Amino acid sequence: MSWWWVVAAVIAIGLFGLYLSMTAGRLDALHKRIDTSRLSLDAQLLRRSSVALELATSGGLDPAGAIVVAEAARDARTAADEDSSATDRADAETALTQALSVTLDAEEVAEVRSAPGGSELLAELAASAQRVQLSRRFLNDAVRACAQLRRQRLVTTFRLAGHTPWPDPVEFDDSVPVALVAPSS
Amino acid sequence: MSLRVGLVCPYSWDVPGGVRSHVADLAVTLRGRGHSVNVLAPVEEESVLPDWVTDGGRPVAVPYNGAVARLSFGVKATRRVRSWIREGDFDIVHIHEPLAPSLSVLTCWSARGPLVATWHSSHDRSRVLSAGYYVAQTAMEKLRGSIAVSEEARRTLIGHVGGDAVLIPNGVRVKDFTPESHDRQRRRELLFLGRVEEPRKGLSVLIDALPAILQQVPDLVVNVAGPGDIDDVRKDLPAAVAPAVRFLGAVTDERKQELLREVQVYVAPHTGGESFGIVLVEAMAAGSCVVASDIPAFRHVLEDGKSGRLFAAKDPKALADAVLSVLADDAARRALVSRGFPRAAQYDWDTVIDDVLAVYESVRVEGETVSEDLRGQALGRFAARPTFARSRRDGEDS
Repeated sequence: MSWWWVVAAVIAIGLFGLYLSMTAGRLDALHKRIDTSRLSLDAQLLRRSSVALELATSGGLDPAGAIVVAEAARDARTAADEDSSATDRADAETALTQALSVTLDAEEVAEVRSAPGGSELLAELAASAQRVQLSRRFLNDAVRACAQLRRQRLVTTFRLAGHTPWPDPVEFDDSVPVALVAPSS
Repeated sequence: MSLRVGLVCPYSWDVPGGVRSHVADLAVTLRGRGHSVNVLAPVEEESVLPDWVTDGGRPVAVPYNGAVARLSFGVKATRRVRSWIREGDFDIVHIHEPLAPSLSVLTCWSARGPLVATWHSSHDRSRVLSAGYYVAQTAMEKLRGSIAVSEEARRTLIGHVGGDAVLIPNGVRVKDFTPESHDRQRRRELLFLGRVEEPRKGLSVLIDALPAILQQVPDLVVNVAGPGDIDDVRKDLPAAVAPAVRFLGAVTDERKQELLREVQVYVAPHTGGESFGIVLVEAMAAGSCVVASDIPAFRHVLEDGKSGRLFAAKDPKALADAVLSVLADDAARRALVSRGFPRAAQYDWDTVIDDVLAVYESVRVEGETVSEDLRGQALGRFAARPTFARSRRDGEDS
């Protein structure tokens, strides 16, 4: 009389287990997505600081601006080391963004552009700054999706996230210097 | 650096449509930049495929997002998607309309790695959720980066589904429109494009403005090109206006290009609801003078009136004044036309593609490729078949 209750219970437990494992799989994939997004953001930040440094040493910038940009770029590279904290890193990248936007006003951009190789450097800088923006945005989107899943009752009760640290969004000023953005687009 | 890019189009490759032509233009432009591209799309007849398109299976007509769409799904389609991913060994897979119940959502489930999506249309909330919130989430969280073609599409994504997107507008193939003749060789005519009975397209505003315009320029011809019930519109035309209006019915893309190259003035009397205004860009590329209502999307495209004449939306008198002012003043009209060319070039695929490539680069780690996701297989097969699939397919085959 009660055998089919047992079957039903076994099926229910099985389905629940399947759902749990699928959710764990989703979480795992999201953590991986965050990791790759971080790597990609790192690569773009490195590229941006390299180009900034190159620009500072190219001789196209005025000496004061060159020093400001070079300092900020070097700080950003130091802060990229593993032993510095996330906040230090964010501060250093914000500082680089600000150094670039203060130095590269419209006149300075025109000046650099007229120097040999200058417009290539500026294009490269604009491209890397744009990619930093994109990478950070996509990273934070992954972080948001992951946090949303991790807040679910099921995930917290069954500790599906294991020991993976809670994902934190990356916040810093990543604006592209206004003078580098093509006019009216 | 050359990339291997896989593009997924959810709608039938043989049927003309916005998403389909977007995918085709994207593929051609990427190939022009030296990347290798393969498109996966539903195909009805195998005979006409270029070698860079892969047959994703025969589509089935189903009602979707307010129209009948031709989609592919089911076990067979899933199998094709999986083998396409395995064999393609792509650096990036770019999925269009990722929640469309077709090859797109199947690819979201079947692939892992650098996946990018483009959101084309705007949906209302109930429709998004009818796909199932859970289903939408599992598909979306695999997308590394999202692109929206319009602010509306972006708002749909943020508001209803959750998630962020970068705005990259549709590209225009400017070369297809480039005119051979100068403004002075053009016919002194107006052109309206759009479905005739759709109030948003604003044909009635133009018709209300015609008496005033024809009073000044009696021999003016007004071309109305677009699908819809012409007789219905013709019957309501005032007698004084009727002889000036020439109804052309629905026109092909080629005919549209010709028309935009031949007439002096293109009028866009839209009353709202436009998210972008790609026709305005096409008209500028073709060298016609654009006169458009001042809705936000058009203001933006026309740079607040620098590359086209704006008038207060829904105001026939303002429209008449604007049209007369560009017809009467050759120099002013030609100035607008010559500002229009560089403006249109900013929307050329060749410019837009740089932004798309930036997205590709920013989601990828060097050396990474897209691979098959075996985790989602059970779920993918299970959920990929809406309940109406079977009966529709049977109905079509018999």
